[in-house]
Amino acid sequence: MSSSVLYDAPGPKARVRNIIYTVLGSALVLGLVVFSVYRLNEKGVLEPEVWNIFNNAGVRANIRDGVLSTLKVFALAGVLSLVLGLLLAVARLSDHKWISWVATGFIELFRAVPLLITIYALWVLFLSYKDDLGVIGENASFWALVIGLTVYNACVQAEVLRAGVNAVPRGQVEAAYALGLRKTQVMTMLLLPQAVRSMLPTIISQLVVTLKDTSLGYIVTYAELLFAARTMANNIIVNGENPITAVVIVVAAIYIAMCLLLSSLATWIEKRGRRAKTGITVAHAGGTGGAPEDVPGDVGMPMDGPPDVSK
Amino acid sequence: MNVLLDHLPEFREGFIGTVLLTLSSGLLAMVLGVIVAGFRVSPVPPLRFLGAAWVTLFRNTPLTLLFLIAWFVVPVIFWPGLSPWTKAILALGFYTSAFVCEAVRSGISTVPLGQAEAARSIGMTFIQTLRLIVLPQATRTVIAPLSSIFIALTKNSAIAGAFSVAELFGVQKLLSDKGFAIVPIFLFVAIAYLIITFTISGLFRLLERRMGVAR
Repeated sequence: MSSSVLYDAPGPKARVRNIIYTVLGSALVLGLVVFSVYRLNEKGVLEPEVWNIFNNAGVRANIRDGVLSTLKVFALAGVLSLVLGLLLAVARLSDHKWISWVATGFIELFRAVPLLITIYALWVLFLSYKDDLGVIGENASFWALVIGLTVYNACVQAEVLRAGVNAVPRGQVEAAYALGLRKTQVMTMLLLPQAVRSMLPTIISQLVVTLKDTSLGYIVTYAELLFAARTMANNIIVNGENPITAVVIVVAAIYIAMCLLLSSLATWIEKRGRRAKTGITVAHAGGTGGAPEDVPGDVGMPMDGPPDVSK
Repeated sequence: MNVLLDHLPEFREGFIGTVLLTLSSGLLAMVLGVIVAGFRVSPVPPLRFLGAAWVTLFRNTPLTLLFLIAWFVVPVIFWPGLSPWTKAILALGFYTSAFVCEAVRSGISTVPLGQAEAARSIGMTFIQTLRLIVLPQATRTVIAPLSSIFIALTKNSAIAGAFSVAELFGVQKLLSDKGFAIVPIFLFVAIAYLIITFTISGLFRLLERRMGVAR
């Protein structure tokens, strides 16, 4: 139901009341902003010297490197998780019982364990076998982060794809078999393309989650944006203090901008998919949004009845 | 098995920590989420805008960053000297509230139009319509997504452990710092999380069955 069903078109009294609420609400928000700025100013965070550090070439280079290493992890983990997710989805849908059991077990285990726990365990593991692992050992925190993100997000992407495959009408599969297509052909030519197409917004939303979760690198001391910024802030002293607050505010803006960009792509694709007359229902971009966690499309699905998840 | 038995007190404390953290920040998230969802469907445009901004902001911020903000920005602006526990609850609760809000909002949109129309036609105000008619009926559809949100919250609470709050990730960190083999620790911590998440999904399934109405 559109929100307008919940209330009548405002009459004169309601209009006055709405204006009062508007003024009160805006005043409250404005008050909060003013208060924050006042307090920040009082604590000396708004001093020009504090913000002047961002004019420093070294600081800028630090932040740029942080962004680049965040993006590096994101690109690698994003691509790998899509590939592994595809494999896991196909494995879980396989007719061979044991393959589908193994895939199911893998997916359920790594989806249930917090990503941070996985990454940390991998990190410690890599560090303790540093010498035997070669490339991975040299860069333990990077690979722990990438592999942890890959495994976790692959499990979620696999579930998304599986939901997409299950949403393809049965008749199409039967028709394909009747035409004499083989199992592999049905999967690659019929099911997966439609699954990917209908689930694209959810897949991209999960990529947003991947991007957000790269910040867990902070905890395994990988120099992604958050960690780089924090170490940088610890090394700078302005007016006798570390400018942590200012740096955190700037980094927050960068993160939000990156994630917003990616999620608006998801929303755009969703809108575009709804307009196209392909007969494929497109899932919600907000689906999982970031409830990093779960069968995508659960949240926010009932509305327009896009593909039902795994039922 | 030794690691578990020798460090049972630590594991128990961590387990209880995770459960309490999940419960308290879940409660905060529920309250905030329902209020913000109310904002998002309200007749006052700026409130709608505020709700939308809230959701967009918190959904696109990494949780680790929210933790950093709770640790380094909130004390500067509001009260210095908050306990790590309170700051963790604030970060987790605010983050999760955005997802609760979206779940509630889509639940609201599944309630048949006629219900709200009938409520309005007998003269109920917006708040009465929402509180007495629409929200109680929305609960039914909201339960399933809420269950996944709470499971996500449990898993997200691990990040609090990295910020020196006593919970399961803290246990893993402590024991691996002491030099115990990581694989068994990982498995035990994983099992502990599995217990919590299975309990949550079980409880919600029970709730769903209780609330489900034959249609």
